[in-house]
Amino acid sequence: MTATVEAASARDFTERNRKANWIAFATMVALIAVAPFVAYPFFVMQALCFALFACAFNLLIGYVNLLSLGHAMFLGLASYCCAHAAKVWGFEPVSAIAVGVLAATVLGFAVGALAIRSFGIYFAMITLAFAQMVYFFSVEAPFTHGEDGIQGVPQGKALGLVDLSNPWALYVFVALVFLFGFLAIERIVQSPFGEILKAIRENEPRVISLGYRATLYKLAAFTLSAGFAGLAGATKAIVAQNASLTDVSLSTSSEVVLMTLVGGMGTFYGPALGALIVIAMQNYLAQFGEWVTVIQGAVFVACVLAFRRGIVGELAARAKVSL
Amino acid sequence: MSDDDILVTEGLTKSFGDFRAVSDVSLRIKRGAIHALIGPNGAGKTTCFNMLTKFVAPSAGTITFNGRDITRLRPADVARLGLVRSFQISAVFPHLNALENVRIALQRSRGDSFDFWRSKAALKPLNARALELLDSVGLTSFAYATAGEISYGRKRALELATTLAVDPELMLLDEPMAGMGHEDIDRIAELIRRVSANRTILMVEHNLQVVANLSHRITVLTRGRVLAEGDYRTVSENPEVREAYMGAGHA
Ligand SMILES: Nc1ncnc2c1ncn2[C@@H]1O[C@H](COP(=O)(O)OP(=O)(O)OP(=O)(O)O)[C@@H](O)[C@H]1O
Ligand SMILES: [Mg+2]
Repeated sequence: MTATVEAASARDFTERNRKANWIAFATMVALIAVAPFVAYPFFVMQALCFALFACAFNLLIGYVNLLSLGHAMFLGLASYCCAHAAKVWGFEPVSAIAVGVLAATVLGFAVGALAIRSFGIYFAMITLAFAQMVYFFSVEAPFTHGEDGIQGVPQGKALGLVDLSNPWALYVFVALVFLFGFLAIERIVQSPFGEILKAIRENEPRVISLGYRATLYKLAAFTLSAGFAGLAGATKAIVAQNASLTDVSLSTSSEVVLMTLVGGMGTFYGPALGALIVIAMQNYLAQFGEWVTVIQGAVFVACVLAFRRGIVGELAARAKVSL
Repeated sequence: MSDDDILVTEGLTKSFGDFRAVSDVSLRIKRGAIHALIGPNGAGKTTCFNMLTKFVAPSAGTITFNGRDITRLRPADVARLGLVRSFQISAVFPHLNALENVRIALQRSRGDSFDFWRSKAALKPLNARALELLDSVGLTSFAYATAGEISYGRKRALELATTLAVDPELMLLDEPMAGMGHEDIDRIAELIRRVSANRTILMVEHNLQVVANLSHRITVLTRGRVLAEGDYRTVSENPEVREAYMGAGHA
């Protein structure tokens, strides 16, 4: 094996990779464009919000190897704050979403600062504990309205220009938010910062020994992930016109784990696909009532056993590319 | 201490419960030297390295690096001061390729890398230097190979290239040649000699041939204590050392 052969095969891989990623991205955009004509637009928008949520979660589990079992706290808090800002303070939707993102980012920084020094299962348990605290806070706090949640959130005019109560305008708006979040997370992973994150995932002591304060990088990643989870939650509040306890609940936290694993953690497209599958199952299997959870569990087990890398992970491995 | 000493420890001690892995070790490492730390398995060599680089907190004692007390610093900060270690168990980033492995270390030259908004194309200027370093350890043809998939000896070489990439003033190498074939050992020994020109090296190594050829000074550790110190000749003629360490097979 000579150097030139190796370099050529590396170039070949890069080329193939670029092509595969363009195809995947184009397919995703095409699906988003066609979806509202073949499926119920409200369902698609909800799926897009959860897809962004899963991408944000994947930034941690897939690229830093941090398992957060309480990510719904960011989704939910942002959802409440955005709903409150839009309904009570009369903010237009973009500012209301910004309020939600800000709240989630601040919470992410605070929780991250306290949890990030723990490793593995201890880290997961701490995030879980904080999520439970946020849940109880949401049950008790006056502004979240307990069991009722915040209902009748006005959709308003985005930046005072585009009326989001028009379903098509709303759809385009949500699609753009999703694409922005998706591309931003992809950029984070592919940045100089992302390189350090991946190195931490592979061997944290080694990264530290080279002079990087790994804890700060992990905290930054956690905060960013919380922010994007918040973007998903806040947008969801505008779409659904409500914010409720479900959004901060443990089941939402576990759903995002499910979505990411089914789609493929550590892949760009896996979490979004996983979210689509899980949300679709919930919608179309709703007729089976309580059995949805059981069916979901069965699908989950089957997926994990059949494709350990998740759907996109398996596809990428077969095609020898990284998606 | 004199200015000639880059690293000085006084009474360095580490206990794990009742067990003293390292007790009362006082070391002086001369600037520019290749200093070897040898001793039988379990003597406490790696534990010493862990304390020097702050991966493990000393139970007692002080560490002074370049005249500065570093006993309470964080490991990343010690590394930034120029005291950088390698690991006994090969520490590469297995899913990154060799070039990317070295580039992680080279990124240090940019300062911190919190710029999450920038494309990693910003790192391209580092590739040339990364290839140079890979070449110096004989890994040119493996630059694009996934680090987890190359042979053990090559992983060690890659780890050395990565350590060199941060251009440390004092480099701690924990058994850099373990698992290498003859040819590789010669190449790495030569490389260590070459890169020691403008830095200090403290290394743990079981291959006494290598130790004899490379090092200016040797400290022998047994059961956590310094048994002897001096050049190879002095140390190898010490009867206690012969008994405790070189004993049966080696001498
Ligand atoms: N974290 C730990 N907890 C308890 N005991 C430890 C710990 N780390 C090391 N030890 C013990 O301390 C002693 C010294 O270990 P150390 O790894 O420093 O030896 P070493 O000289 O590097 O040996 P080797 O040549 O085998 O690498 C050993 O008996 C080891 O079992
Ligand atoms: Mg050791």
